[in-house]
Formats: sequence, structure tokens, C-alpha cells
Amino acid sequence: MNRWGMVIDLDRCTGCQACIVACRQENNIPFAGERWAKLGRAKFWMNLIAEVKGHYPNVKMHFIPVPCMHCDRPPCTTVCPVEATYKNPEGIVAQVYPRCIGVRMCVSNCPYTVRYFNWHAPSWPNEYKRGLNPDVYKRRKGITEKCNFCIQRIRKAKEIARKEKRKIRDGDITPACAETCPTEAITFGDLNDPHSRVFRLSKSRRAFRLLEELGTEPKVYYLKEGEWKDG
Amino acid sequence: MDSEVLATKYDQVLKPMTRMGWPFWVTVFPLSILFLWSFFAFGWQYQWGLGETGMGHPMSWTLYLVNFVFFIGISHAGALVSAVLRITHARWGTPFGRAAEAVTVFALAAGPTNILFDLGRSSRFYWVPLHAQFKSPLIWDFTCIMTYFTVSVIFLYVLMIPDIGLLRDRFPGRKWLYKPLSLGWTGTKDQWRTISKTIGFLCVAVIPIAVSVHTVVSWVFGLQTQPMWFSTIFAPYFVTGAIFSGIATIIIVTIALRRIYHLEKYLTPYHFNNMGLLLLVFTLLWAYFTFAEHLTVAYAGGSHELDVLWSKLTGRYALLFWIMVLLCFVIPFSLLVFKRSPKFLLPASISVVIGMWLERFLIIIPSLAHPRLHYPRGAYMPSWVEWSMMAGLCAGFTLAFILFSKFFPVLSIWELEKEAQEN
Repeated sequence: MNRWGMVIDLDRCTGCQACIVACRQENNIPFAGERWAKLGRAKFWMNLIAEVKGHYPNVKMHFIPVPCMHCDRPPCTTVCPVEATYKNPEGIVAQVYPRCIGVRMCVSNCPYTVRYFNWHAPSWPNEYKRGLNPDVYKRRKGITEKCNFCIQRIRKAKEIARKEKRKIRDGDITPACAETCPTEAITFGDLNDPHSRVFRLSKSRRAFRLLEELGTEPKVYYLKEGEWKDG
Repeated sequence: MDSEVLATKYDQVLKPMTRMGWPFWVTVFPLSILFLWSFFAFGWQYQWGLGETGMGHPMSWTLYLVNFVFFIGISHAGALVSAVLRITHARWGTPFGRAAEAVTVFALAAGPTNILFDLGRSSRFYWVPLHAQFKSPLIWDFTCIMTYFTVSVIFLYVLMIPDIGLLRDRFPGRKWLYKPLSLGWTGTKDQWRTISKTIGFLCVAVIPIAVSVHTVVSWVFGLQTQPMWFSTIFAPYFVTGAIFSGIATIIIVTIALRRIYHLEKYLTPYHFNNMGLLLLVFTLLWAYFTFAEHLTVAYAGGSHELDVLWSKLTGRYALLFWIMVLLCFVIPFSLLVFKRSPKFLLPASISVVIGMWLERFLIIIPSLAHPRLHYPRGAYMPSWVEWSMMAGLCAGFTLAFILFSKFFPVLSIWELEKEAQEN
């Protein structure tokens, strides 16, 4: 059984936000605009957090891209009253959109705050509609959504592998964020496969995870030389 | 006793049921408008989405949840206080019983309605029992609240049956209502035996159910990872706060009834003095719990918890926090410790009810505004939709009580009579 995971090398990340754009494009996430974004209505399945240290002219900036952590012990799935979210056998914390009734307890119980709610019905400018991804489920207003490691790409890769009568190889699947990253900071793969790149990187001495002390066992690892002050 | 004699004796209690002067209409009319307005607000929100409220990321549970916890808290007063006082044969509680039980039922109707407003897809609320996942505290909540609602409706009703029997004989014009409800009550020995057994059973049953409700409501927050929600004393803290706000509500309601319906003869300063003592005890209990909870966080809390704590003590929410301390402790304590006459009790109780609403607000909002991974920082201001729903809810609650008082006596006549005879 595969166990999908991701490694993000913060030493390589330049904070260019291409991953956010790619994710938005791939997963049909509407843009919020300044007015709604200020009210917290913007959705970032992949978010980029910038931490500024010091004052001009001695400023240091850290960037940290934050997708869903796909915890092995997710706090969000147990609290859903209608089982609209669950951890699938391959370790992806998935959202069942048609089942969700918008209680938002999963949103408040996610310590990483990476679950997003559809406050309004999604809308796009007309010119943009032709670019929508047909492989992705259209979310209505009033439900919760989140990063799912580009599950549609995983399915497609599996189909191709089945057609070619082989197993999935390391590197077959690349989520949109990893594919677009100009510095190749994001690696995706099977954490159960000891030969995969993602497995090797996750064992690196540079590797750490966010809020590890909560015991949520995230499957997104970060690499960083030196200290990363969590806070 | 003959119903004629009884009715003459308790004329003062029955009179308000038929009299509807201009004060009645002046109260009911604006309340009805507010109530209907909230339907429009809900329709608006339903049509355009929850984005019409002031919520956003990460402030995903706000005013609706505050009102949910607040109203369910109020509902505790009733059944719990009246059941405990009955079991312990505290006679002074008799005139509060009926009002308390009615408050319970209406507050319990108002509280969970907020969850309906809060759902992203309100029309699918029935999926909660249909697709129940028993790991979720919300399902426990649903189960407990439904049980409590059912039991407290039965409690209110059973305790009214002898009075309904009297009403059936007194108001022939309303026979359509009282006759089926009286269940053929005539006051025979057998009937009395059955009803006192039923009441005894209900009194015992309602106490653990009531405690379970607010316990589980507290777990909806206490079992989450949010800083300062994740606390072991949340269950007793919530239950104490619930009874605290509930007693205050009963006092406000009975003082209002006493004045408006001229029931000074039955609700005497002696009764209020005892109720005031109970409120005083809970003022101290509340202060104790609040101090314990905040001290623990301040002394040994992690950085995430401290962020929330300081935002309450000195930060963005400091003003609200210290107003809460003033309203929930300083004002009621300094008033009640000296005198517990209705004149002192009314301001103390109003202050407690407002303070407890603020307490619920301050438990929910600052934690969500300071999530553990503290890059998204939230700020929250309710929109017109949320204010409208809250106004409509309060109006609906008051309206329900006023209408109730026009169909049923607000004091339990048969219990007053029983006491009079025993004396």
C-alpha cells in the first residue's frame, strides 16, 4: 500500500508563490479579490507564509509553503458528525464534497488551519472559465474543501500504470505545486517505499514537521539547514 | 377542592391569562417584527451563503456558536433548579418552578436553532442523525440535547396537568386546547398517586440529563486542539456557568412577571432572598472556576495558550474580558452580599446574563483568532445578518414566553394550594 507524503525544502524555496498559482489552476480554486481576502474568504490549498525578521536594512525573510499536512492521526476527521472527511487507505485526508453539510468543526479543529470553507458560491471571470480543470469536482457554497495532494493526478497515474501493467514508479505522480516549483523544492512520493526520493529526504537530518508535539504525525516534511523558529 | 373555590382563591394568577391590554400589544408587536425580520435575514444568508456573515478564515465558529452555548446554558436553570428544589423539598422554590421549566423549554428551542443557522447547507441538517458518526462530539451533543428537550417538555407538561384540569373547567371557550391536554384529569386519588410518582421519577431523571447536556456542549470545544479550548475543567466550568446564567434568567423572568402580573402575594421577598443566595453561591463558583482556569494557563501554559490568554487579559479582547469580570463577579457579588431584595436582584441578574454571554464569546472567539500555527490571525465583527438573527432569537424567546403565559398560569396553582393546605 502506498503512503503518500511530501517534502518541501525550505532552503530552496524562494517564496515565488508559483505553487499557489499552479494549485489554484489545477484545483479550480476561485480567486477572492482584495475585499473578500481581507475578510478571510480567500482559499489557499497551498499557502505561502512569510516570516519577516528584523528591521530595515537588516531584514531576513523566511518562507514556508503550507499545504494540508495529511496527518496520520488527523484531528479533523474524527469530529465530523456526518463522516464527510476521512483518511483514505493511502493516507490522504480526503473531503467528500457531496456529503459535507458545512458544520466546520473540522476547520476549527485543524491545528494547521489548512481547511477552507466556501463562504460564497465559487465564481470566475468568463475568460477564465475555459481554463477550468475538468478532472476536479466543482464545489458548491457552504462546504469545506482542502488540499488533497492532487488526488486526480494520483488516479490518472494509477490508470496509466495499470494499462502498462506495471507498478507505480517513483516520480510518476507530481502534484501541481511540485511540478511548477522553479527551484524543485517540493518532492512528492511514497513514504512506504524505502527507495523513493521522498522517503530518503524525510529521513534527512534537516527534516522536521510542523507542530510535531501535537502527535498528529503529519506527512509533509520540511527541510531546513539551521534553526527554524516555529513562532 | 372545588374548582370554583380554587379559581376564586387564585384569581390573581389566572387573571393575566385573559387580559390583554395595550402593554401586551406594545410588547408583542415590535417583538414579532424583530422575529419575522430574522426570517428574512436567514433567507438572505441561505441564498447567498455564509459569506454574508462576519465569519472568515480562521474565524469559522462565531456568534451563532456563542448564542448556541448561551441559550443552552440558560436552559439549565429551569429543569435543574426546579428538580433539585423539588427533590430536596425546598418549599421556597415552588413559585419559581413553572417559570423555570418554561424557560428551559424555550431556551432549548432557541439554542440548537443556532446550529441550523451555522450550517453551510442548512437544508441538510437531518443528515446529522441520518449519517451519524459516533466519534464526533457533535453527535453526542445532538443526542443529549434531543433527550433533554424531550424530557423537559414532558417535565413542564406533566407538572401542568392538574392546572390544565382546572383551566378546562374555568375556560369553556378554550376547551379545544385544554380538554385533550388535561388527559381527563379530575383529581381522583389514583390520578394523584400516578402523577406524584411520575414527577418523582422525572425529577431524578432530568438532573443527569441536564448535566450531560452542558458537559457535552463543553466537549464540543474542550476536545479540540485549539489553544485554551483544550481543557479538562471545561465540563464542570460550563455546567456551573450554565446554572449561573440560568438562575439569573429565572430571577429576571419572575421579577418581570411579579411586577406585570401583580403576583407580589406569591413571589415574596423571602422567596427572592433564597434565590439570591443561590445566585450568590454560583457567582463565587464561577469566579473560582474562572480563576483556576486562567491561572493554570498563565502559570504553566505553552506559548500557543499564552497568546490567547494575553489577548484576553491585556490585548485586543481585554476590554471585553474585564467587563465580563465586572458583570459576572464584581457587580453581582457586591450587590448580593448585602441585600437580596428584588430591587438588588434585578440589576445583579441582568449583569450576570450579559456577563455570561460575554464569557461564551470570550471562550470561543479569541481561541479561533489565535490558532496554533499562528500565521493566519483572525479578527471578527458580526455582520447585520448575525445581529438580526440574534435579535430575532431573543425576540422569539420572549414572545414564546409571553404567549405561554397567556395560555397557562405562570405559577403552579396546585402546588401552591398543596403547600397552603400543608401549612
